[in-house]
Amino acid sequence: MDQMTNTRFDAVTAAPHNHSTHAKVVGQDVNVFYGDKQALFDINLSIGERQVTALIGPSGCGKSTFLRCLNRMNDTIDICRVTGKIELDGGDIYDPSLDVVELRARVGMVFQKPNPFPKSIFENVAYGPRIHGLASGKAELEEIVERSLRKASLWEEVKDRLAESGTGLSGGQQQRLCIARAIAVSPEVILMDEPCSALDPIATAKIEELINELRENYTIIIVTHSMQQAARVSQRTAFFHLGVLVEEGPTDEIFTTPKDQRTMDYVTGRFG
Amino acid sequence: MTGYLFLAILLFSLTAFYVGRSAGNGFVTANGRNVHSRPIYHGAFAAIWVGVPTLILVLLWLLLEDSVIEQLLVASLPASLTDGASPAQISLIVSEIRNVASGRIFSEPSPEIVAAAERYASWGMIARWAMVVVALCAMALALFLARTRMAPQFRARQAFERTLTIMMVFSATAAILVTLGIVVSLTYESLLFFSMVPPTEFFFGLNWEPQIAIRDDQVAGTGAFGAVPVFTGTLLIASIALLVAVPLGLMSAIYLAEFADARVRGVIKPILEILAGVPTVVYGFFAVLTVAPAVRDAGSLFGIAISPNSALAAGAVMGIMILPFISSLSDDAIQAVPRAMRDGSLAMGATKGETITRVLLPAALPGIVGGILLAASRAIGETMIVVMAAGLTANLTANPLEGVTTVTVQIVTLLIGDTSFDNPKTLSAFALGLVLFVVTLCLNVLALRIVQKYRERYE
Repeated sequence: MDQMTNTRFDAVTAAPHNHSTHAKVVGQDVNVFYGDKQALFDINLSIGERQVTALIGPSGCGKSTFLRCLNRMNDTIDICRVTGKIELDGGDIYDPSLDVVELRARVGMVFQKPNPFPKSIFENVAYGPRIHGLASGKAELEEIVERSLRKASLWEEVKDRLAESGTGLSGGQQQRLCIARAIAVSPEVILMDEPCSALDPIATAKIEELINELRENYTIIIVTHSMQQAARVSQRTAFFHLGVLVEEGPTDEIFTTPKDQRTMDYVTGRFG
Repeated sequence: MTGYLFLAILLFSLTAFYVGRSAGNGFVTANGRNVHSRPIYHGAFAAIWVGVPTLILVLLWLLLEDSVIEQLLVASLPASLTDGASPAQISLIVSEIRNVASGRIFSEPSPEIVAAAERYASWGMIARWAMVVVALCAMALALFLARTRMAPQFRARQAFERTLTIMMVFSATAAILVTLGIVVSLTYESLLFFSMVPPTEFFFGLNWEPQIAIRDDQVAGTGAFGAVPVFTGTLLIASIALLVAVPLGLMSAIYLAEFADARVRGVIKPILEILAGVPTVVYGFFAVLTVAPAVRDAGSLFGIAISPNSALAAGAVMGIMILPFISSLSDDAIQAVPRAMRDGSLAMGATKGETITRVLLPAALPGIVGGILLAASRAIGETMIVVMAAGLTANLTANPLEGVTTVTVQIVTLLIGDTSFDNPKTLSAFALGLVLFVVTLCLNVLALRIVQKYRERYE
């Protein structure tokens, strides 16, 4: 993770909010359209390095859409159009000269429903290192797989059955396998799209614990419907409503003394 | 008259339906919600009771009428005609009587025959009218019985649904019974064949010359029934077909599933599926008139002599024929891979190509293999293209530039012309058919197994 320490700082000055850490990802005037329908309106948000930022808001408010802009997964939807500027370490990620493959290696993603490939546990984790050529030999690959599984606190549970299918694991284990798969390519940012919504409370607690540990090395952006979860795992929270970023700030402020009435209504459970 | 009778049965059933429904309506008016079945079920119940038994009765009547009348006729013939006559002679007499009765007189018939013909005609008339009367009575009785059973608490819906279930079970068993019949007849004739030709010769012999003399004055081969050249010919042509169809089909499936946009896909996919609807004879023309000469010309360009009937031409055209099976089924299999797999791979920074080869194809593999196996059994069972393009001579070779023959083609040639089912030439067709049946059955079962396994994959 040594590349994280020499982050370029030019993005910090452009950041609209003052953070205790450097801004890793900065969105400026981001608008997203699905065909004629506009899903996001002039989003300005900067996300600090090595901390957890939670995106909350009612269904359909655009938080997942914003998340998917950050690794350009919206490119896979034909009718989706993004305007504005999103910078990762000061570099525009929608720059035509930028290779989306490289971007996605730097910005990993964990999906709502665990989606391990129908391959062995080992092959699931080795998938990224293989396609990006990160390991020069079998031994190195095995080392990467073990390290990733350890970081995802899954190693002890699966070390004796790495050859078994990843789809045979329990839901919580599958999700941690997906996290291991994402960190195997040493990303700088990990995007999590409601990673616990398909899991039971015990598996959820494990993932949350894991997110807390991962924060030391990675910048994490998590979309969640659970306000308790946002309060537990995140340092900063952004509240989206109807495609607009209503409010962004330190998590405890958002939940105790929000500035906007809509945020207040949402976090106190009056709508949403 | 029979046609009118069927029409009458239909009309009667409709009437019964209305009678039953109005009875049901009556129950509803009288009892309100305290009625078991809705009026429409009373109607359906009455219609089925009136229609189905009568229909079965009439069909049985038509089936048995002829043989009953015939037996009566034979019994009524004067002893001078039937004494000491063999069954074959009696059936000759009966058919003469029939001809006379229907006015086709070839030679002046004897008075006994004329009398018998008159009897035959009048009995036929009586039988027909009796059938109509019986059918009408049966329907009236059925309607009466059905109507007396109807009551507000009568479970007409259950009765109707039970009858429907029985009819569906009957339809399902009909297909099974036909299959069983095919298997039994094939096996029986094959066993006859193997009692004349030892199985070892059939399965391991290298020489196939089945055109033996059926009559003593014919000049023909000595008869050799080694089926190995026929099987290898089938294998050769089917392999060429698969070599053509698998890469083409797979590539087009990948293009359709992953690269083509919806509009292009909407045009290409139906066109590909039209290929499946082209009659195989037309493919045969194409093979003989276009592909075979092209292959021969290409061969002469390189100085290779290629026979006009080559396995290559037939196999290539057959490959085009089975192409839609592979492309369509593979396309479905690739599309059925959940979007989450695609997204997962793309989000890892995989390119589209890596996603296809490393995630989508392995996940879709069972479906693809199933499609290939179905296509293979089509290729093995195909006749027309080979008859027209690959020739008739059994030739033990692995050279695709020579002419070969296949199991299906041999079956056709064995069964045209003079046939009688007491010599190994004709019977060998059944042995070949049995082998073919077993092979394609195994392939189909294997394909279905694989497809089933695939269905369970993500749930």
